[in-house]
Amino acid sequence: MNLARVIGTIWATRKDVNLEGLKMQLIQPMNPQAEDSGNPLVAVDTVGAGVGEIVYYVTAYEAVIPLEVQPALADASIVGIVDKIELN
Amino acid sequence: MLLGKVVGQVWATRKDEKLTGMKLLVVRHINLDYSFRNSYVVAVDSVGAGSGEYVLVTTGSSARQSALTEGKPVDAVISAIIDTLDVEKQ
Repeated sequence: MNLARVIGTIWATRKDVNLEGLKMQLIQPMNPQAEDSGNPLVAVDTVGAGVGEIVYYVTAYEAVIPLEVQPALADASIVGIVDKIELN
Repeated sequence: MLLGKVVGQVWATRKDEKLTGMKLLVVRHINLDYSFRNSYVVAVDSVGAGSGEYVLVTTGSSARQSALTEGKPVDAVISAIIDTLDVEKQ
């Protein structure tokens, strides 16, 4: 899993039938120090995250696993909202 | 999924027989302000995308997770046509 910040929302009327009804969020990957790392991407939101929240997400085929309707063309899914990051 | 713009189409007569009938589009990756990035991908079209449209591209083994592409030698597929991007001001 990787950390990211939700920076926006995507609207798409025409999409894979099994992605219908799912919210898709734009996320900016970040490191644990909250600095941006890499390019933004789009992830399916399975937990109801909002813009500005820190989340963690899974990529590749594993992104399909949390979805209720399968198969679906998802290669990134938000699976948790971060409450706190503690670094030693 | 990555953001892209359809900039062309690929035609191929000789190909894996499981790819027969699939439309292959050239998609150039874009930034959040719709400017081009320097990378491309050839993706199977599963939603009826046309030239010039902004799309989402699903890659890797996830690209086989649809009725159209299941079991096919495909690693990139257009999974949605973007209507709008709502991006927070940074």
